[in-house]
Parts: sequence; structure tokens; C-alpha cells
Amino acid sequence: MSSILTKGCCETPDAPPITIGEQVERIPGEIRTVALIGPPNSGKSTLFNRLTRLRQKVGNYPGVTVEQRVGVLADGEREIKIIDLPGVYSLTPYSDDERVAVDVLTGKFNGQPQPDAVLLVLDVTHLSRHLVLAAPVIALGLPTLVLLNMSDLFVEGGGSLDVVKLAGELGTPVAMVTATKEAGLDVVQRFLRQGPDFLPSTLPVLPVVNDLPQCRRWAGQVGNRVAYQRHRSGNWMGRLDNIFLHRIWGPIIFAIVVGACFQTVFGLGQPLSNIFQDFLARAGQFAAPLIPDGIWRSLLLDGLWKGVSSVLVFLPQILLLFLFIGLLEDSGYLARAALIADRTMRVVGLNGKAFIPLLSAYACAVPAIMATRTIENKRDRIATILIAPFMTCSARLPIYTLVIAAFIPERPVIGVFLGTRACAMLSLYVLGFLAAIATARLLKSSILKSNAAPFALELPEYRWPTFQSIGLRLLDRSRVFVRQAGTIILVVSLLVWGLTHVPVHHGSAPPLEQSVIAHLGHAIEPVIQPLGFNWKIGVGLLTSVIAREVIVGTLGTIYGTDPATHSLTLQNALHQDLALPGAVALLVFFAFAMQCTSTLAIVRRETNSWKWPAIQFVYMTTFAYTSAFAANRIVTALLHR
Amino acid sequence: MAPPADVTKVEMDIPPQGLALVDLEPGQLAVVERISLPSSDAHFLMRLGFFPGAEVRFCRRAPLGDPSIYSVDGTHIALRAETARHIQIHPTEVESAQANPAEDRPSGDLA
Repeated sequence: MSSILTKGCCETPDAPPITIGEQVERIPGEIRTVALIGPPNSGKSTLFNRLTRLRQKVGNYPGVTVEQRVGVLADGEREIKIIDLPGVYSLTPYSDDERVAVDVLTGKFNGQPQPDAVLLVLDVTHLSRHLVLAAPVIALGLPTLVLLNMSDLFVEGGGSLDVVKLAGELGTPVAMVTATKEAGLDVVQRFLRQGPDFLPSTLPVLPVVNDLPQCRRWAGQVGNRVAYQRHRSGNWMGRLDNIFLHRIWGPIIFAIVVGACFQTVFGLGQPLSNIFQDFLARAGQFAAPLIPDGIWRSLLLDGLWKGVSSVLVFLPQILLLFLFIGLLEDSGYLARAALIADRTMRVVGLNGKAFIPLLSAYACAVPAIMATRTIENKRDRIATILIAPFMTCSARLPIYTLVIAAFIPERPVIGVFLGTRACAMLSLYVLGFLAAIATARLLKSSILKSNAAPFALELPEYRWPTFQSIGLRLLDRSRVFVRQAGTIILVVSLLVWGLTHVPVHHGSAPPLEQSVIAHLGHAIEPVIQPLGFNWKIGVGLLTSVIAREVIVGTLGTIYGTDPATHSLTLQNALHQDLALPGAVALLVFFAFAMQCTSTLAIVRRETNSWKWPAIQFVYMTTFAYTSAFAANRIVTALLHR
Repeated sequence: MAPPADVTKVEMDIPPQGLALVDLEPGQLAVVERISLPSSDAHFLMRLGFFPGAEVRFCRRAPLGDPSIYSVDGTHIALRAETARHIQIHPTEVESAQANPAEDRPSGDLA
């Protein structure tokens, strides 16, 4: 037993040794909480999503910037809490991720009782390598189930091992599963039902758990003893890399992939959005006769439905973008893209890993900022967090599409491939990208200067993405989006509608010009007039501090309530109400401004301070205001030439 | 194999002597001797498989010349030249054909 109890050794003098084996006396009873742990790329997240069926809460561990995901696994009547620990290769507490994993597993994390059991996920195609983590996890003495994931690939490739023997070597039950295909997962429920009374029958001989080379040697020996035969990965990886990482073809394919991403979102997303918009408008018309005429119909249809549906129509585009990123990620191409991008990212002082978060930021800054966790260097990570909101996120699409459609006539630029509107949209993307690069350079040469930390990128094997895995993520995304449309945007639409209807004038709404909202808008007019905005846009700017897309809903409500523009589409109403220089300034303002409370909240959470979100908000708003002012002046000058 | 204590020693001031990972050509095999980086960085690389005694194969360079991809401990890791410079190695035989890629074997004395 003493080998299990060994403390950390000479090798890690500055890291606090983990005391293994001093486990707390556990009261016999059923398993209520279970921790899920595994190395990066072991398919842990997919497994977590599968087990919890998306019944999960995402937060942050207090005090450190490590994500905390807790989900619920339903087993008949029973509900078991699953704690998803960060992906780690070992439990030597060198990084925040590892420290959190150790603290949670040993019950030392504030306010977190020690889990009753552990699910250890290992990629069976990299068993010897991943077994390194098994030693410290099993040494904790908690009931542990080892799940050998990706067994489909392994078996198809002719890999083999003696699972029963491995269970004997580790002293824990071992099961082959395939999380992406949901194969073999019933074993988890069976394990959890056995309760904490289940304890290893034989005690395994484990290495000194803090000594990485020793753990790796032990893992190799265990691999040999269980007759582990690696699967033949084929030479697919080499052959595909010959193409995707080719000196000439590689960058060309990279450019094509990024281009295809845009083409899918706009070329395919736009018509889908239009169909969806038609559908939502018809639903409104269909419901109209069912609601008594008067204030209620106005509230429900003009106030709520118009506001909410003007945001909901962007669901198809957002889903397409997440579909694209999901396909790239699951197929393994995204890591190659990061490799190609590294050289370029280095110019601005970041590394290729920042490419993935920054590409996701084109969909939404919130998941992008969460994805910066893969960047080990703290300063690089903060720099990436600070520039991510400059990338043109999908929440900017509503206002971009609206203004572009209202002010820019569609004409071909390069035949049928590229029109003026697509050009305008593309230049807004470029604008955001340039602002991000300039800001990164500024940060990396001043407050976030850092020494070169090693950059390492693990290249996963190429895989066919599965429908289930991507579908689950898309479902998750749309739920978040619809929930936001159904809560924040609903409340804002209601508020805006309410403010357009007070003070009540002889029992009916006042003329728009005399409503409270007009007074609010007029109050900020002096500030926004230099940008070429009128008070209606001003109200939109006020409400869009909550989320960028809210401005479209707000404008929809304002113009919908105004008798002069009531019958017009939002596009035509805006065209009548705003001059071209103001429209361009509006686009520029939205390209740079930090109008997203969710992003600010996530930055606060991820950096664990108010300092960074405050800096970000002030910097971006100033940048946006100055640039919009300049844009307004330049366009005005051009028009009057 | 070098004793583990050597690995984590801070040796930033001493210029790397002998061969480093960065000196390999595509297809060449080598064995890691030690990592001349601060302990946290050395540990970071060890977690990825760059143990002293581990066999490494240089796979290819990225399209723009850097980073380079190394096959180590059954997986592929991309490192920049600035990092690979600090991983000291001694070369083993040049891999002849693609027939028996070293990546499928657990490295040397680890097995």
C-alpha cells in the first residue's frame, strides 16, 4: 500500500505535493456526485454532453480562470451531479487547470464536497500516453470507472487489448465506449448504481504519481502487460497532411475554407433567413385576428413579436456558422488551420492557438472568450480576450444586413460571384479584423508584453464529424440564442414599446415625438449628432448596450409605432430617416463598439477582475465614436465634392 | 537516460550545446536528452511526451516554414523553432522507408 501513499518527489520542488491516499472517510450510501476527468482530446466534452443530455450549467471556479461545468445525469428517478473537470494530462499541479482538478478531486476546493466517484476518460487509440493520468487518479482511492473512448476507431483499425487484464492492473472496472456514437455508455449507469461500496478488489501497483517520466514508464509497462496493440491509423493522416499542409496547396486550401465559411453563412444563410422571416411575419398576421384590437394587439404584435422576430430571423445564419466551425473542429482541420495561422499570428505577438478563438469570435465573442482557455500564456490569453469582440460576430449581422440592404444597391462587382452588398459586408469584416490586429500589437508591445512561452499544438487524427456530436452542439447554441431572444430582447422590446406609449394621452398613446422614448433619444442627441445619427438611432444605441442585435428590434418597434413609417418595411423606413454618411458611421460604430453585456460579463468572469472589462469597454467605445465621427465626415466630404 | 533532476534545471544562460530538435531534417529520428528550459516549461513539454529518452521523429514543417511537426509518444505535436532549439537530442538512424513508423512504438526504454 505504501507505494500508493507516496508523496511528491524531488522532481517537483516548487509544486505542492499531492498527498494521495489520505482519503476522507466516506459514509456508505449512494453516489450523488461524480467527477469526469480525462486528458485533452480524449472526447471528454462529447461524453459529458451525452451523459447529461445538455442539462448542464457552465460557470467558473472562484478565484481562478478555469471553467466549471456541472451537469445532471438522470438515472430513473435519481439525479446524479456530474462535475466536468478541465482536460489535463497529469495531476502535477503546474497549471491552473491541474490545480483545480486536484483540489476538486481531493475535496479541497472551497464549498465543493469531494466527489463520490470518478469517471476517467482515456482515448484508447493513445492508451499508453493517456494512462499517465490514470496513476494519480486511481491513487486517490475513489471508486473509479475507466472509460476507453474512441473504441470504434481502435477496433476498426485492428487495435486490441485485454480489457479484463487492464481492469486487474488498475484495480478498477474498465469499459470500451464510443462517446460520439453513444455506444457502451449504459455502463456508466450500472457503475453509478453500484454505489461507493464498490471498491477495487486488488490494489494496483502505482508509480510515484508526481514523477511524470516514471508514470510514463509505468503506463508503457501496463500497456505491454495487457497486450496493447495500437490500431493501424492507416496513412491517412500523412496523406491528408501532405495536402493540407503542403507548401503551396496548404495556404490555398486554408483561404478556400475561410472563404467557403463566409459564402455558406451569407450565400446560404441569407435566403434561409428570408424564408424564416416570411414565416415569422405570417405567424404574426395569422395571430392578429385572434387578439382583440387595440392596446393589446399593439403590445403583442408591434411591441413584442416584431422585436423578438427581428432577432430570431438570424438563427439560420448563426446555426450555419456554428455548423461550419463544428465541422472544422471535429474533422481535425481546425488544428491544421491554427498551424498555418501561427506564422501570421506571431506578427501581432500572438500564437496559432489564438486563431481558433478568434475564428469562433466571428460567430460569437462569448464562446470565443471561453475558448481562449487553450492558450497557456496568461498575457497572450488576455490579449486574445481583449481583441476577440472586434471580430465581426453574428450579433452584428442584423444591423449590418439592415443598413447595407437599405443604403447599398445590389450591383455585380465580379460577375455573379461578388456583388456590392457582399463587398460592403466583407469590408466590415476586414475593418473589424484590422482593428483587432492593431489592438493586439498595441497591447503586446505595452501592457501585455510577455516572454516567449513554448507554443505547442497537438494535431489530432482526421475524423469524420458525427451528426450527433455536431447536432447536440447546434441545439445547445440555438437554445442559448432563443433563450436570449426570449428573455433579454423580449424585456427590452417591452420596455421600448412601453416608453413609446407613455405619457398616456386621453387614454391612448401619445404621438411618438412626445413620448418618453423621444425625450430620452433627444437627450443624447447632442452627443450622437456629430456622427450623423438622429434620436431614433440614439435610442437604438442605448438599448443595444445590452446586445448589438437589440438595435434592430428597437428600431422595428419605434418605426412600427410611428404612423409615418408604420406601413413601411424597416429597411425603407431607415432609408427615409437616415442620410448616407450617418448610415456609414452607424456601420463603423457597430464594427468597433463594445455593445454586449454578455461579453463584458464573460470577460469579467474569465479574467476575474473588473479591470479588463472596464478597459475594454472604454477603449472600444472611444475607438468606435472617433472612427464613426471620422467616417461621417469623410463620406459627407465625398458626397459634396 | 538522463536522471530526471536534470530536466527541470534552469539552464537558460548556458547556450545549448550539441544537437537540438531544431537541427533535424524531415524524416529523421532522435532521442530526447534533456530540455533546457525553466521547470514549468519543461514540464509542459513532458506532459506532451517530450521525456528524456523518448524517441522523436521530425515529420514536416508547416507551409510557412515554422512551426514544425514532431511525432512523439504516439502523437503529433507542433513546436516552434524557438522552443525546439531548447530540446537537446542525440540522433538515431535515419528512417529509411515509411514502412515502420516509429510513432507506433512506445519509445525506447519506456516500454
